[in-house]
Amino acid sequence: MSDDGELDLNSLNDEDLVLQVHDDLYDGLKEEVETAVNILLGRGWAPYRVLTEALVEGMRIVGIDFRDGILFVPEVLLAANSMKAGMFILRPLLIATGAPRLGKMVIGTVKGDIHDIGKNLVGMMMEGAGFEVIDLGINNSVEKYLAAIEEHQPDILGMSALLTTTMPYMKVVIDTLKEKGMRDDYVVMVGGAPLNEEFAKAIGADAYCRDAAVAVETAKAFMARKHNQLAKG
Amino acid sequence: MTTVDLKPSEEFQFATGNGDVLLIACGALAREIVDLIERNRWTAFDVQCLPAKWHNTPHFIVPAVREKIRANRDKYKSIFVLYGDCGTGGLLDKMLDEEGVERIDGPHCYAFFSGNPEFAAKSEDEFTAFYLTDYLARHFDRLIWAGLGLDRHPELLSSYFGNYTKIVYLAQVHDEQIIENARKSAEKLGLAFEYRFTGYGELETDLEALSQTDKMLTAPLTVSSGNVL
Repeated sequence: MSDDGELDLNSLNDEDLVLQVHDDLYDGLKEEVETAVNILLGRGWAPYRVLTEALVEGMRIVGIDFRDGILFVPEVLLAANSMKAGMFILRPLLIATGAPRLGKMVIGTVKGDIHDIGKNLVGMMMEGAGFEVIDLGINNSVEKYLAAIEEHQPDILGMSALLTTTMPYMKVVIDTLKEKGMRDDYVVMVGGAPLNEEFAKAIGADAYCRDAAVAVETAKAFMARKHNQLAKG
Repeated sequence: MTTVDLKPSEEFQFATGNGDVLLIACGALAREIVDLIERNRWTAFDVQCLPAKWHNTPHFIVPAVREKIRANRDKYKSIFVLYGDCGTGGLLDKMLDEEGVERIDGPHCYAFFSGNPEFAAKSEDEFTAFYLTDYLARHFDRLIWAGLGLDRHPELLSSYFGNYTKIVYLAQVHDEQIIENARKSAEKLGLAFEYRFTGYGELETDLEALSQTDKMLTAPLTVSSGNVL
């Protein structure tokens, strides 16, 4: 404890400090998370270890409690903002230290839709899991998706929609990929509140991802499968 | 001069439990439905509402509507659902198909108040608009502001509304107080404000059609004498 009764993060050992980061992420305490990240780095932790053990694990717990109805959107947003602050510190260090890359994803909200809360969470968690994420933002036409795919050559295309009226646009993008003979070159993952497995199957996506945690697990599984296929030749 | 007053001498007041056609509706439409029933003196409708706050959590809607249908199927001649798709991603329609029950057409109440074709045509250019109806304008602070946690965490405002440019208040009735509420809501969110009167739109025409289909009786107008001119 410090003199003013607040917990002095420096006084915690590594194990307790990591647990404290989990708590602080859960409570959306951005400044505390930033401080703890800097302390762990100062103690010689590799940026990738800080990311995975402190931030990603903390957000995984937040994700579970959100799924189970214990936490709600405002709390998840606060936690995400705290994680974002931690990642802002780590990002240049991760690049400099050559942290492992699992794959590359282009992600964006479809045309006519400006909702990006879920899409931003997925992007952040994918980045935390070791994916390079190219975020196209909101209101993306098929042309924008195609241009980004051409430019970045991702492994995964992620599309998000919040509206019943905009989600059919995902099929427009997938059908265009088919027409151009590009469909099988990419894993297509879709998500958003009004979507479901059935819809994803009907439009020809590879996977529906209910939340950010599922998106990460699904992406990892697809990448593992891809590597296995490559290894078999 | 004595003239005949064709206004009802007594207000027709809706009471639940009397009709033989059940309307299962979102609570956000309750006031509007009752107003239409009373104004048109429809006697055969009964109304049961589900919580309007599910606007923010649509996954609660489908199982609850199904439960209401099953609990009431034997008690009514027919059932009609007054919900848009409301973010259920087609699951509401799938369930209603299974149950053999119809609903009002449209993705949201914004659409059927505006008229579905008109709303669809506008939404192409208006996708940065956040819509309010009378209900949402009246209950903005509880349902939207507090419902999204902005009362506790105003710093989340840009996360929720950063991509919106304006509030469009779709008014069912012209009421200066609600307009003022809606205008204040726009100010609170830092968005431009637009007022658009829709009336009850397809909610009214659908209920009117339903009342014709079921050849329902309307409460008789009481002819009274009085000075109206």
